[in-house]
Amino acid sequence: MSNSSERSRPPISSAGLAGLLAWIGVLVALSWWMAQQSYSWLPVQASTAAPLVDGLFSFETGIGTFVFGSVVSVMAWVLLKHRAEKYDESDAEPIEGNTRLEVIWTVIPLLLVMAIAVYAMRVNTKLGVLGPMEHIHLANPVEDQGGYAADRLPAEQVEVIARQWSWEFRYPSANVSTTELHLPVDQPVSFRLVSDDVIHGFYIPAFRLKQDVIPGRAINFNLTPTREGRYRLRDSQFSGTWFAANQADVVVESPEAYQAWLKNAASQPLQPGLSDAVIEYGERKQLKNPGWATVPPAPPPQVNVPGSNSLPHDA
Amino acid sequence: MTSATFPPSPPENTSWSRYFGFNTDAKVIGIQYIVTAFFFFLIGGLLAMIIRGELITPAADLVDRTVYNGIYTMHGTIMLFLFIFPVLNGLNNLLIPTMIGAPDMAFPRLNAVAFWLVPIFGALLIGSFFVPGGPAYSGWWSYPPVSTQNPLGHFINGQGLWITAVALSGVSSIMGALNFVTTILRMRAPGMGFFRMPVFCWTALAAQSLQLIGLPALTGGAVMLLMDLSFGTSFYQPEGGGDPVLYQHFFWFYSHPAVYVIILPVFGIFSELFPVYSRKPLFGYVYVCLASFIIVALGLVVWVHHMFPSGVAQWMRNFFMFSTMLIAVPTGVKVFAWLGTIWRGKLRLTTPMLFCLGGLFNFVFAGITGIMLATVPVDIHVSNTYFVVGHFHYVIYGAAVMGIFAAIYHWFPKFIGRMPYEGLGKVHFLFTFVGANLNFLPMHPLGLMGMPRRVSSYDPEFAFWNVLASLGAFLLGVSIIPFLLNMVSSWVRGPKAPHNPWNAIGLEWLLPSPPPEDNFGEHVPTVIARPYGYGTGEPLVEHQAEIENQLTLQEASA
Repeated sequence: MSNSSERSRPPISSAGLAGLLAWIGVLVALSWWMAQQSYSWLPVQASTAAPLVDGLFSFETGIGTFVFGSVVSVMAWVLLKHRAEKYDESDAEPIEGNTRLEVIWTVIPLLLVMAIAVYAMRVNTKLGVLGPMEHIHLANPVEDQGGYAADRLPAEQVEVIARQWSWEFRYPSANVSTTELHLPVDQPVSFRLVSDDVIHGFYIPAFRLKQDVIPGRAINFNLTPTREGRYRLRDSQFSGTWFAANQADVVVESPEAYQAWLKNAASQPLQPGLSDAVIEYGERKQLKNPGWATVPPAPPPQVNVPGSNSLPHDA
Repeated sequence: MTSATFPPSPPENTSWSRYFGFNTDAKVIGIQYIVTAFFFFLIGGLLAMIIRGELITPAADLVDRTVYNGIYTMHGTIMLFLFIFPVLNGLNNLLIPTMIGAPDMAFPRLNAVAFWLVPIFGALLIGSFFVPGGPAYSGWWSYPPVSTQNPLGHFINGQGLWITAVALSGVSSIMGALNFVTTILRMRAPGMGFFRMPVFCWTALAAQSLQLIGLPALTGGAVMLLMDLSFGTSFYQPEGGGDPVLYQHFFWFYSHPAVYVIILPVFGIFSELFPVYSRKPLFGYVYVCLASFIIVALGLVVWVHHMFPSGVAQWMRNFFMFSTMLIAVPTGVKVFAWLGTIWRGKLRLTTPMLFCLGGLFNFVFAGITGIMLATVPVDIHVSNTYFVVGHFHYVIYGAAVMGIFAAIYHWFPKFIGRMPYEGLGKVHFLFTFVGANLNFLPMHPLGLMGMPRRVSSYDPEFAFWNVLASLGAFLLGVSIIPFLLNMVSSWVRGPKAPHNPWNAIGLEWLLPSPPPEDNFGEHVPTVIARPYGYGTGEPLVEHQAEIENQLTLQEASA
């Protein structure tokens, strides 16, 4: 900025220029380091979507660190160097603007955000995360879904039923239902998301994927888990009193373990599934002055395997 | 040109009691707005303390979950509809007429009605704490079907009162917007063309235009929600053929632009204050003015970025991602203009300047996370998590509220006639800046790790960052004490303020402190230059030296 504001003196001394370039070098290095660090702020990567999302986030962290660092550097420099002396009541040199600079700081950010947007749009296309509008036109089988071509998708969908406040998962052909989602690793899976009451959010942070579950519609949602482990499924759209407790575990396991689990589950008799809300609601009724009004929780779904939602999870 | 519509002036009422009645003087209304807003700010802040108290431990153990949900809903609602909008309307009332040399607002009675609606819907909203079943609990978005469940089935219920209050708030804001837009367009001093108008007036004009365009959508959407809740219609009920996602469109069509309604006047404040305390003209004045209206145009076509995971078509996701990204450009123009303004200036680190610099710092940070949120794949992961809560609070508290504090310290001498204390002001700044960053920065890692917003309990792995956030929140709670102390004590016994304590350029600084009821009255000066002529030595108005001499003489003889 200084080079345009001064016409009489040379814009910047060679020592100043060297210092400026060195500082830009420091900022670039810092941005690079932050971009690498950003991966560690996120949960483990457990789906095909996760590396794509994390890569984009890392890129944005790098760019963002550089922009933020530059602005703060200018502010810090001004604070150190351009303070009025004590008792100095005079004004500074009146610089009203500079059209060339205005053009530069319009065009560069424009190019920068468009570059980020194009990158994000590519990731977006690759993810092919589907919303219900697409669901209406789902007849198109060539769309990329969950990072895999649609023709690799299994014919059968796992049905996810969201309620106030429990998650139920049904495997139609095995005739199994559960309150703990089991998925085979490295195999595309397709869900049919439905809600019995209000809007819920189907959100598995380790998968980096989220889809609202809208009452009155069935939403197709596809993903591919890539890492064995136990992860949290959280309700991500506020659904009422026990919204926070509306969580379930997702177990990603080897195809053999998955098949064995499915087979074993099919032989179990139906029993009440997990619902923390139902338990808390029961305890709350004992209280003299429990709080404000609430919708009563739906009874726990009848399932073959309740599973657990209190074991240690990876993310 | 306004004397015909202005009521014949009664003897000037200067007693304190005028602040408690139906008064049509914009300067009285401005102070009424600001004081009312800070009353509700204390209530909203108290609720925030309960929220952070609950979240300092993973279990839901401080209050019942129903109580938590009501409290976080009311925190958001009070802070937006009863604090930030009224406090900004208060600044509009004080600043717009004095900055453009008008005797009052265009429609003084409408102005007073708009203000008096605020305590009315405020009382409705606070009253909803005491109805059977408690207040609304479905969040400040009040998405159906949760918001239409009405567990007790009473006709009078918290959610119904909430919707009524929000609709009344919309009516009040529309009245205010009509007034501000008309005043700016029609009542400027002679010689004050649009490109001689202070940037605060530009941003107010832009923000209030957004109100006029957006609010009808929200108000209409809210009325339909009330009909669904109370009269059994099914605009948003899937079982009756309605669509709950439709409400989200109505809601965000207004409520995203609402964020610009909040932040644009704060951009105006930054643009006014950086030149004063850097002793330099605003860098690129014309670009800063125009950028406001580019933000308005783009701000109207970004609302779907709140709904990326709600189930919208892929083309919409891409379109709204690009439009959201574009907003960074005019916003960047403003940020660079402020940097250009302070660059090589002669900075005076007064309390208002510190709040501006802190606000700018926070705003740039919020801008970075805003770009991240605009990109669909990252948004899918972090939407409805604490990442968004952190981003939002950096914008609203970190930038907007800090800008508002800057404005209050800067213009307090003008409208109260007394000087605020610098020492208390600096303590207030320090607590606010540290508290806000300690409170809101930890929300970003929480969101990235996958902690949903609006939860009353959470998994233990989130505990560390939540403890930090809560400590920051408590510091923010404490930060209000030096502020209140400063305001009350300087109002009562602060040193008398001269007409221009900061040596600032602007029509409002050519008025006595505090200004008379009709401001310049018959003697509106003729503007002959652009604002912010710091260092140029050129006068802003005709006969400026005489006006200033007269004011100085008055002060000396008083």
